[in-house]
Amino acid sequence: MISTEILNSLQVSLTINRLCSQLIENHHDFSESVLIGLQPNGIFLSNRLKNCLENSIHNKVLTGSLDITFFRDDFGRKEKPLIPSVTNIDFSIENKRVILIDDVFFTGRTVRSALDAVMTFGRPQSVEFLTLIERRFVQNLPIRADYIGKSIDTIKEEKVTVLWKEEHGKDQILLYSPI
Amino acid sequence: MKELSISHLLGIKDLTKSDIDLIFKTAESFKEVINRPIKKVPTLRDITIANLFFENSTRTKLSFELAEKRLSADVVNFTAGSSSLKKGETLVDTANNILSMKVDILVMRHPHSGAAKFLAEKTNTVIINAGDGTHEHPTQALLDCYSIKEKLGKVEGKKVVLIGDIKHSRVALSNIFALQKLGAKVMVCGPTTLIPKYIKDLGVEVSHDLEKALNWCDVANVLRIQLERQDIQYFPSIREYTQMYQVNKEILQNIKKSITILHPGPINRGVEITSEIADSDNSIILNQVENGVAVRMAIIYLLAGSINRS
Repeated sequence: MISTEILNSLQVSLTINRLCSQLIENHHDFSESVLIGLQPNGIFLSNRLKNCLENSIHNKVLTGSLDITFFRDDFGRKEKPLIPSVTNIDFSIENKRVILIDDVFFTGRTVRSALDAVMTFGRPQSVEFLTLIERRFVQNLPIRADYIGKSIDTIKEEKVTVLWKEEHGKDQILLYSPI
Repeated sequence: MKELSISHLLGIKDLTKSDIDLIFKTAESFKEVINRPIKKVPTLRDITIANLFFENSTRTKLSFELAEKRLSADVVNFTAGSSSLKKGETLVDTANNILSMKVDILVMRHPHSGAAKFLAEKTNTVIINAGDGTHEHPTQALLDCYSIKEKLGKVEGKKVVLIGDIKHSRVALSNIFALQKLGAKVMVCGPTTLIPKYIKDLGVEVSHDLEKALNWCDVANVLRIQLERQDIQYFPSIREYTQMYQVNKEILQNIKKSITILHPGPINRGVEITSEIADSDNSIILNQVENGVAVRMAIIYLLAGSINRS
């Protein structure tokens, strides 16, 4: 596999700031809106967005984490059972405008599962989806993202890896392509 | 620590510590799920589970059924009283007939020790032992240990006493294995006649003095007198047993520390434990029942992962 840098640390930061501005345009003071990061990798992005939003609007932004393991459509089709991560939504989403957050938008199956999972917490007014990287032309389902950091054209065999400062010491997004 | 080392849950004896840790980690997620407004996940929607209960049960049967339904599995129930067993059908024939109806998992309670292992050897399906005779009751031990961990933060290093009818209790044997695998120290306490002769070989301490045992322990798991399994008289009278081995306010007041109280149910109030203690703040009996559903969901989920869908 050969790796190509899609975004460097500065570009990740600029992209998150832009996404923040777009969110504020649509959700104003976030009094009726909540962020929900998808485990495991969407959590880093949702926490960054939360900090960025709170600094801009000077208001608390409710943020939760959602694990979608039990809602996946490939249970029993993998060699080993999938081990869940923590779900923590300690607020009501009833009538709230929910923004689901993940780092990479690939087949759309995770988002499909997340839609089912989030509905078990109540009936939100609306659900939107934000992603840092959209991989175009590889979706398996008719699902689109409402906020996109960067769109890239990839083939199925390629892999996008998002490195976060909190886990890997630096922010970087890499595309791995088969040789 | 990504999958279980077993393909059936026949007893705690077959589990490794990392199996138990994996079950607990998964159960934590399911506990969160069953406290959501919608307590159901679609994970096992293509799985069918048969609950075969050849012996009476309220809690375990209900708990398994709830766990299965909250995982979206299809559930069929079978009780021995109204079955073809009365017409002379063997256990293997009954099981194979049920399996012909495309059932994926059998949850079985049976009055004979070893019945679950026998069925696992004779049939081609996933077996979960919901109690076999006086042998093991693995899901009860797992939910007991999970509840202790939840209450005290960890099981390792804790001192746990099992009080009462150890001889006829499958809960006791499974608890001994589970607690020891998790690093707890175990003591059994009861009348000499209700303590198996060679129980010390399992590495447990034995006491016949309830107050001494309670002074030693952090956790007391109070067991029921299993009169239905007692073929002879093991103690003079229930009254005498009560005087010697009942966990009550008076005896706990003499102990200078707080002890966590467990009971696998059903409780005979006023016999092995008083209502006052069973309903006290130190009692986690109802937490055990809630955790039972989450732990059973975890076990079914992890075992169902190995079922071939093709």
